[in-house]
Parts: sequence; C-alpha cells; structure tokens
Amino acid sequence: MAGELVALLSDLKEQEAMDFVEKALEKGVDAMGLLDEAKEAMRIVGERFASCEYFIPDLIFSGEILKGIVQKLEPHLKKGAEAKKLGKVIVGTVAGDIHDIGKDLVVFMLDVNGFEVLDLGIDVPVQKFVDAVKETGSPVVGMSGFLTLAFENMKAAIDAIKAAGLRDKVKIMIGGGQIDEEVRAFTGADAYGKDAVEAVKLAKGWIGG
Amino acid sequence: MEKTVSAAEKREGRFRTWSAAEGVQFESLEAKAAYHAAIGRFRDIVLMENKPDRVPVFVMGTFLQPYLYGVTPYEAMYDTDKMLAAQLSFLKDYKPDYSGSPALIGYGKVFDILGYKQYRLPGHGISKTSVYQYVESEYMLADEYPALIHDPSDFWIRTLMPRVYGALDPLRTLSPFTDMWEAVLVTTKTVPFGDPPVQGALNALLDAGSEATAWDRKIAAAALKTKGMGFPGLFGGASKAPFDLLADTLRGTRAAMVDMYRQPDNVLKAVETFTPLAISQGVRGSDGSGCPVVFMPLHKGADGFMSDAQFKKFYWPSLKALILGLAEEGCVPFCFCEGSYNTRLEYLKELPKGSCIWVFDRTDMVKAKEAIGDKICVGGNVPSGLMLTGTAEQVKEYCRKLIDTAGKGGGYMMCNGVSMDEGKAETIHAMVDFTKEYGIYK
Repeated sequence: MAGELVALLSDLKEQEAMDFVEKALEKGVDAMGLLDEAKEAMRIVGERFASCEYFIPDLIFSGEILKGIVQKLEPHLKKGAEAKKLGKVIVGTVAGDIHDIGKDLVVFMLDVNGFEVLDLGIDVPVQKFVDAVKETGSPVVGMSGFLTLAFENMKAAIDAIKAAGLRDKVKIMIGGGQIDEEVRAFTGADAYGKDAVEAVKLAKGWIGG
Repeated sequence: MEKTVSAAEKREGRFRTWSAAEGVQFESLEAKAAYHAAIGRFRDIVLMENKPDRVPVFVMGTFLQPYLYGVTPYEAMYDTDKMLAAQLSFLKDYKPDYSGSPALIGYGKVFDILGYKQYRLPGHGISKTSVYQYVESEYMLADEYPALIHDPSDFWIRTLMPRVYGALDPLRTLSPFTDMWEAVLVTTKTVPFGDPPVQGALNALLDAGSEATAWDRKIAAAALKTKGMGFPGLFGGASKAPFDLLADTLRGTRAAMVDMYRQPDNVLKAVETFTPLAISQGVRGSDGSGCPVVFMPLHKGADGFMSDAQFKKFYWPSLKALILGLAEEGCVPFCFCEGSYNTRLEYLKELPKGSCIWVFDRTDMVKAKEAIGDKICVGGNVPSGLMLTGTAEQVKEYCRKLIDTAGKGGGYMMCNGVSMDEGKAETIHAMVDFTKEYGIYK
C-alpha cells in the first residue's frame, strides 16, 4: 500500500518498517519507490523536529531505521539512478574541537533533504576549509563547534576564507551548543542555526530547493 | 534506641565542618571573615530561610584559570605547580567568593600510564592548546546490559576498564572477585594474578597511584592555601545523574538514545542500579572533603536532548532520587545544568525547599525564578558567548538584569553558564565586581 512505509518510518516503528520493506521486496515492489517513501518519511521527521514534536533522539533513531532500510534496498537499486542533488554544502567541526554529534546531525539532515554534503570531519584545520571552498566551488559552508574555543577557530577559518578572496562566493553558517548572535557577529559568519533543521532552512534559503 | 539524625541536622553538621576549616591558617582576619561570609551566603541562597547580605559570585572554569595566565591545557595537565600557581593568581586577582576545583583538570601522567582512551587529551590526538574532549563511542555494547545490571563493579573492572584504559586491558582475563571464597578456592583464584600481562596492568595501577598521590598532595596543599586566602572550595564531592552515567560514560550519546527505543527496560534497570551508587559517591566525596556541596554536571536531559515523555520516564526519576538521597544525607547537590531546561522546570517543582542548587546555562531565568524560585536556588546564566566576545559594559548590563530578576529576594548565585576554558579579563572582572557592588541586598 502506497504511503505505508512513510507512516511506519516517520512514526519510528522500526520493526514494522523493516518487515514491511522485506515483504514489499519479496512481492517485487520497486526499490526506488520504497526509497522515495523513506525520503518522504524523513521529510516528515524533519518537520516534526522543527515543530518540537520530535527531539534529537527521534532524529538519531530515524537515521538508524533509515540505515537499515537502505541496506535492504541497496542490492535492488539500479546504479546511476541517483536523484539530482540541490547543491553542495561543506560541513566540518572547526580546529581544536572533536565534537561530532551536532555536525553529524546537520550532515544527515542536509543529505536527506537532497543536498550533496562534503563532510570534512572534526578538528578541521583552517586551510582545509579554504581548500574545500576553492576545489568544490560550494556556495555554502557550515562550521560546527561545541567548545568555547571554537569561537576563535571559526573566526580564523572565516578570516582565512576572506583572505583567500572567497568570502563573497560563499555563505557561512555556524552552529553548536554555545553559539548565539553574539558569537555569530564575533566570527563574521552570515548566520547561525540552533539545530540541524535550521541548517537545512539556511542552506535552502541560500541555494534554493 | 539509636537516635536518628534528621537531614537538616546532618546538613547543619556538614556546614559546620565546612566553616570550621580544619587545618587552615588564615592569612588575615579579613580572609577569615571573607571565608565565613562566603559560606554564610551560600547557605542562605540554598536554604532560602534568610536573604543573604549580597548575591554570591562564582566563576566556573576548567582550563579558564590556566588560560588567563598563559598556561596551555597541556601544561596545566602536566605541570601541576604551574597550573596551581595560575589558580592562586586567579583568586587573588579576580576575587570571586569561592574557589572551584583545579582537581577536575586531572594529571596527564596518570592518563598516560593508564593509556586512557575515552578522552582525547591535549598533545595526544589534539593540539596542546586544545582542552580534553570526550571521544564518542560505545564503551559498553548493546547486549551488555544484563552483565552491567547484574554486577556493575564487576562490569567496570573486567569489561569497561580494560576497554577504556589500554594498560588495563589484561584485567579482562580475570574472573569475578566474588569467585574467591574460602580456603578451597583462594589459591586457585589467585593464579591469574601471576600472569605477566595482569601483573603489568596492576603495576600500571600502582605507578598511576604513586603519581596521583604526589599530584594530590599538591592539590590538597593548594586547597588549604586558597581557604586561608578566604576562598572556600565550592565542590566537596561529585556525582552524576544515573542516565548520564549510562549515556556519557558507557553507551555514548547516540547508542543511549537508540536504546530508549530498542531496549527501554534495560535502560531503566541500569539507571535504577546506578542510583544508590551515585548517592553513595556524592556522600563519600562530601565526607572526605568536609564540604557539603556535591557537583553534578547534567547533560542528556536538557531541552531537545529527549522528549518530555522520555525525560519523565528515563531521566527524571533517578535524578530526583539522587538529589533527594544526597539531601537526606545533608549534602547540597549542585546541579550544573548546561544547555537549557525550560521544558523541565515543572519537574523541578517536585523538589523540596532548600534541597539543592541549580546553576543554569541557557534556561530562561525569569521563568525559572517564577517556577521554582520560592524554594530552590536558581543560579548562573551569564552566557559564555557574551563573556568571550562582549564588553565589560554588556556583561554588567546582563548581570544587572539577572540580579533584578533571578536575584530578587535572594536564592540566586551569579555564575557563568558553562565551565569555561578561555576567558577575557575585563568581562570576568565586570561580572565579579559588578555583582559585589550591585548585588547587595538592602
């Protein structure tokens, strides 16, 4: 039945969702269609998160269920059927900081919302951000940091992008537990987001989609 | 019949011990007066029986104090003298009401000997100027709940410690200590301790112990000195919310979140198992230090980190039991609440008057005061962003609002919202000096 997987995944019913996918594949249901349903479910999860019906554990768990579903679907998907991406976003946790939970949530939400994400990882040196902007021409950079030490290193990375003459080619968003408007102004970022859904919203505003 | 001592009497006793400052040589009569005034102020804001003379002020920092005196996190972890000199200079120069605990920084040599893997330490996997940071991982596996719940100490010794400390890996080959009973088994069960790798692990513990002891002597001497300067140490012991012990220390954030869906009963059993252990740890800390305050950094129950239903089910009952259990023993839980707690304030109403202090980070302080301010001390809330990027004037303005709202009628302590690792001299001076000047109750 169309839409059943959307409901099961968006309601975080792991076992039922997995059973449904298995049975559907046995019956010869198109894997691509199921993947689309899973994506639609993730869009709903994001909406529920934005409206404070869902919280971080729900996002993480939905990601876990999705991972299981994609594993089951993968052998049945035709190669090269990849959907067109909205645009590229560079994401990384700034130098000196190894926190990755917030950063990973942003990567995950950008990905399920159709962006191509270049994840630079954690403790990313200033130059790596500059090089990534140069090499990919990506119009959006997301910098993450949980420590107060990250304020300086976000500023350093943004200054370096500026020094490389690339500042007007990119929009820069920052995020992390202690990030607020004061910190945004200090670092020279274009915007800050309080969570992964805001990161998606910012990227959509800048790239479109 | 044995006379039962009430919680209030126990608390009085602990406050008396704290005030008595045994072994402390005060530098001057002023220092002695400042010491007692600071404790009196703290007692007033927590118990909420009297309005204090003024709003007390505390600066919460981990690597902040070393940073202000040019000591890097790496140096702070390896050069204890340098780190402690910075702590003393900080108190002398900034004059907050209380001293924090430099012991929270730990000693690099001990971590090195034990091969500690749960954190990245300055100079080991991160730069010497970065602070230590937790490495997210599953230190306990999804199917290990039964073993943990069955015998947490055995789980710690034979499973967690071998994983977390490289040098203690051989401990996993031991059998449970409870196997070792009576003459018939003593000899057989001692055999594993003859195994060279196990002996190596035990030697590492001995070496680490010697280093830690040398370090501890310096820490203790510095604590006596800071008390003598008129600054009571604010942290007598430490404990952890049972859910955080599971989610921070054992399972890691992601896995613990997923466990709430996949194995909720095991999560509940684990936090129930931890609760008496967490109470005992806090009480023993306070007993040993002679200070009633038990520091409890709270993490995974913050707004957004779980739903209301999950907080109610998985986080709050054991945290509440821990707070009540500590209060019952006369301790003062210091709930250090990073992030925000706006959606949890209703739960905090369940806590009895004067049972604890909450130091908030991003919680709406007007709402917090309104919700629990008639019976529970609400402190903190000076944002780290403002402290690091703002001006002295902006900080004063922020503190003025806090004193006018959260500080109204007492029951408030000025404090920054997170434990800082860097700082700006002018904003810290502004926070302390302005509070001492504007925070006087008439």
